[in-house]
Amino acid sequence: MSNEANIHGHAEVITHHEVHHDEHHVHHHKETFITKYIFSQDHKTIGKQFLITGIIWAIIGGLFSVLFRLQLGFPEQTFPILETFFGKWAKGGVIQPEFYYALVTIHGTVLVFFVLTAGLSGTFANLLIPLQIGARDMASPFLNMLSYWFFFIASVIMFASLFVHTGPASGGWTVYPPLSALHQAGDGSKIGMDLWLVSMAMFIVSSLLGGLNYIATILNMRTKGMSMTRMPLTMWAILFTAILGVLSFPVLLSGAILLLFDRNLGTSFYLSDIYIAGQILPNEGGSAILFQHLFWFLGHPEVYIILLPAMGMVSEILSVNSRKPIFGYMAMVGSLFAIAILAFLVWAHHMFVTGLNPFLGAFFVLLTLLIAVPSAIKVFNWITTLWRGNIRFTPATLFAIGFVSLFISGGLTGLFLGNSTIDIHLHDTKFVVAHFHIVMGVASMFGMFAGIYHWFPKMFGRFLNHTLGYIHFWVTIIGAYLIFWPMHYEGLAGVPRRYLDLRDWHAFNKFDDLNKMITVVSIIVFAMQLMFVFNFFYSIFKGRKVRTSNPWGSNTLEWTTPINPGHGNWPGEIPEVHRWAYDYGKDGREFIPQTEPVGPNETKEH
Amino acid sequence: MTTTFIILILLLGFLITFQIAKASEYVSVMRGEEKSRKQNNRINAFLLLTFLVLGLIGVYYCNERLGGKILQFGSSASNHGIDVDNMMYITLVITAIVFFITQIALFWFAYKYQESDKRKAYYYPHNNKLEVIWTAIPAIVLTVMVGFGLYYWFRITGEAPKDAMVVEVTGSQFKWEFRYPGKDKVLGKKFYKAIDEGANNPLGQLWDDPANHDDIYVTGEDMHLVVNKPVKLVINAKDVIHDVGLSHFRLKMDAVPGTPTTMWFTPIKTTAQMKKENNDPDFVYELSCDQMCGQGHFKMRGTIVVESQEEFDLWMAKQKPKYYLAFPDKDPNAPKTDTTTTKIAAIMPQ
Ligand code: HEM
Ligand SMILES: [Cu+2]
Ligand SMILES: [Cu+2]
Repeated sequence: MSNEANIHGHAEVITHHEVHHDEHHVHHHKETFITKYIFSQDHKTIGKQFLITGIIWAIIGGLFSVLFRLQLGFPEQTFPILETFFGKWAKGGVIQPEFYYALVTIHGTVLVFFVLTAGLSGTFANLLIPLQIGARDMASPFLNMLSYWFFFIASVIMFASLFVHTGPASGGWTVYPPLSALHQAGDGSKIGMDLWLVSMAMFIVSSLLGGLNYIATILNMRTKGMSMTRMPLTMWAILFTAILGVLSFPVLLSGAILLLFDRNLGTSFYLSDIYIAGQILPNEGGSAILFQHLFWFLGHPEVYIILLPAMGMVSEILSVNSRKPIFGYMAMVGSLFAIAILAFLVWAHHMFVTGLNPFLGAFFVLLTLLIAVPSAIKVFNWITTLWRGNIRFTPATLFAIGFVSLFISGGLTGLFLGNSTIDIHLHDTKFVVAHFHIVMGVASMFGMFAGIYHWFPKMFGRFLNHTLGYIHFWVTIIGAYLIFWPMHYEGLAGVPRRYLDLRDWHAFNKFDDLNKMITVVSIIVFAMQLMFVFNFFYSIFKGRKVRTSNPWGSNTLEWTTPINPGHGNWPGEIPEVHRWAYDYGKDGREFIPQTEPVGPNETKEH
Repeated sequence: MTTTFIILILLLGFLITFQIAKASEYVSVMRGEEKSRKQNNRINAFLLLTFLVLGLIGVYYCNERLGGKILQFGSSASNHGIDVDNMMYITLVITAIVFFITQIALFWFAYKYQESDKRKAYYYPHNNKLEVIWTAIPAIVLTVMVGFGLYYWFRITGEAPKDAMVVEVTGSQFKWEFRYPGKDKVLGKKFYKAIDEGANNPLGQLWDDPANHDDIYVTGEDMHLVVNKPVKLVINAKDVIHDVGLSHFRLKMDAVPGTPTTMWFTPIKTTAQMKKENNDPDFVYELSCDQMCGQGHFKMRGTIVVESQEEFDLWMAKQKPKYYLAFPDKDPNAPKTDTTTTKIAAIMPQ
């Protein structure tokens, strides 16, 4: 493997350089509170910043979903307390349509982008990349810091948009024009929409800075011996995630900028032949559908940007806690690769009923269903990883198993939607809502929880309370299935999504009990998440202390650092790597860390 | 009042759970962490199995409760809907098999291979034969699904039959408007800049085009279709994107401003038939807007009547072209018999 040798040599050079640089840094540079916790360039701190900002957004986004669920579950009831808090938006204690749509829109935006993209990738890419590949920090700690602060600015703008007097954006998280392009189309299309677009632009900048850094770091800064194929699957997953983001986010950025132009400069990229609110607009020649192409060219890869890091962490956690190698490492890498490629080639499956050329649609059907093949491989490999293991059910393991279960359930409903024939019927119904919440929303959340429970000891030197963790898991998985499983039936009855009141509809108005049940369960699940957040912050300060540097008996490099690693991660030299990350249960040994040289009598496998 | 009460209860539950959790941690430290870890392991393994069993029962129960409320496979009211239902049925069978196999394997293995002092994990890093098998099988099954899917897809999206009647549907915040081509079977030209609601021209029909003079305009009431007669909908929007959703026909098509779309199908059951079939005297075909279009989106409802040709003709005879409302002086003033209509047609193209 001459190639590998090449990579090693290269890495070595960089390592030396880094060691040097860092010793300098640690010894002569005094850190203040501000450089240590606020404008920090330490990847671990930046990861925590992403995580905590993500948690705050998750609470806001989750709370919004509880509010709009109140309307869905109890459309005939009034909640005076809402008027107390939200004034005209909940006049008479009834959630007004504008308010409902604003809630749904911000809920979607925030969870997709701020929580499951920034909060998930931002946290774990930052925390894990240098630790697992054996580097002192990211390729560019400064850009890394900027990446967080752009996210912060995006957050501030989005948050501010909640308080403007016409309210935030309310055209759905996909913000299709002309609805989102025309001030006349509704309150949510006024200044709130501009803020949404500017916030997203900042967010995209953040993503790109982060992503480029992740790619550069993984490709260039691996420690000696850490060839690509010895990396833990978390690294592969994050690498592909970053590549997806770097290639697709710019397209959304251009889409958003064109939309800003249409809104404010009188251009007609997306506008044509419009008569609205008694006014004839001059715009001609634009295409409303163009935006959907631009949006989904990011939008579909985006769902995998959300999912892949979770897949990577789940692979790692399942293997560690089954005390068994991940089954089919190369197949896992290959399927990640296949998913990443195909993710770029299926976007129009969100647009089967926009008047898309049916012939073109056929290709998108084929490619979409093709994605199910690598997805299936992953599922089978995870299940085989559990098979004949010796499984420890830490909260992280449970969430990882939950992830697999949800991924199966939600992936299978994708096979309905990906088939255009069925999608004609199910598009924009509750079935779609159920599909993507299970496969992306809840599943990735599970991946994130698994990651938090697993790496919390590395982040804070303490454990989360495990009993609460178990309760958290059980309530959440039962709740998630109770909420989203029956929702498919609503979709199969034709109930459209984004309907806040079904009482006028003869065909749809038959799910009263179900909607009440779902609302009640979502309140309980939301409360449970608050409990988790409480556990999180409580444990940072009061959690059980970690006493051994490798509490899970893991092979990967992050557990060779001190319990509370400083900036630079390893006090001495960066360890050298001699094997892949998955030698669990080999030759009768519990686990063999990556740093251990291959023994003379070791079995040759892998 | 009740809200405060609920919040209080939640808070209490919160506190109690937290205290239990904290206590359990102390207990585990006292009893030895290893021992309590193992106990937790057994409990959670058992719960995983329980979850599987209850989950499967739940799936069954859910289907019992809700299965009757969905649009039943095979009950579609259009020709294309039958294809959609068939595809759905095929997909359901395949996915259900995969679902049960994989979920059962997942939870069963988790339970069976829980940590035990007696067992060592089996070092099993890969097996290429297995990988090939479970790449090939899904690929084959998916090919079958794609095959059926595309076959139906092209049937549904193919050209409308020549004899199809045409109805134009226009969506705008938040209503539906319908236009029929009238006797000449041609929809007159229109242009959005000609829209003038004050002058009886809500669609922007160009009155210079004689094809417009007999076009019938309807809004705020049923769209009328003829049973077993193919219909081609020409779909427009005036302001933002809407979507013509016809759940009983299993069809849907976006209404995009600036880019007309079309969709055709053959209704195969009259409204009266559906009333009988569903045992529901209030049954009506509904047209729902399925694309987020603003704050009235959820109320953007239209209704459709499917009836026999005679009933349709009777209804049509009562309609008056919009042209006469826009230009009452052109109206021969007795618009009830065929003879007058022909007379008008003769006068119009001056
Ligand atoms: C077997 C794999 C999958 C297939 C075939 C599939 C197919 C589809 C299709 C066709 C749609 C469009 C439905 C419609 O709007 O009518 C859709 C929606 C969606 N899917 Fe999937 N999907 C799969 C897996 C996933 C995964 C893994 C994720 C996320 C991680 C995901 C996330 C989403 C989201 C977020 C939407 C809805 C977007 C929206 O309209 O708001 N899907 N899926
Ligand atoms: Cu997609
Ligand atoms: Cu609508």
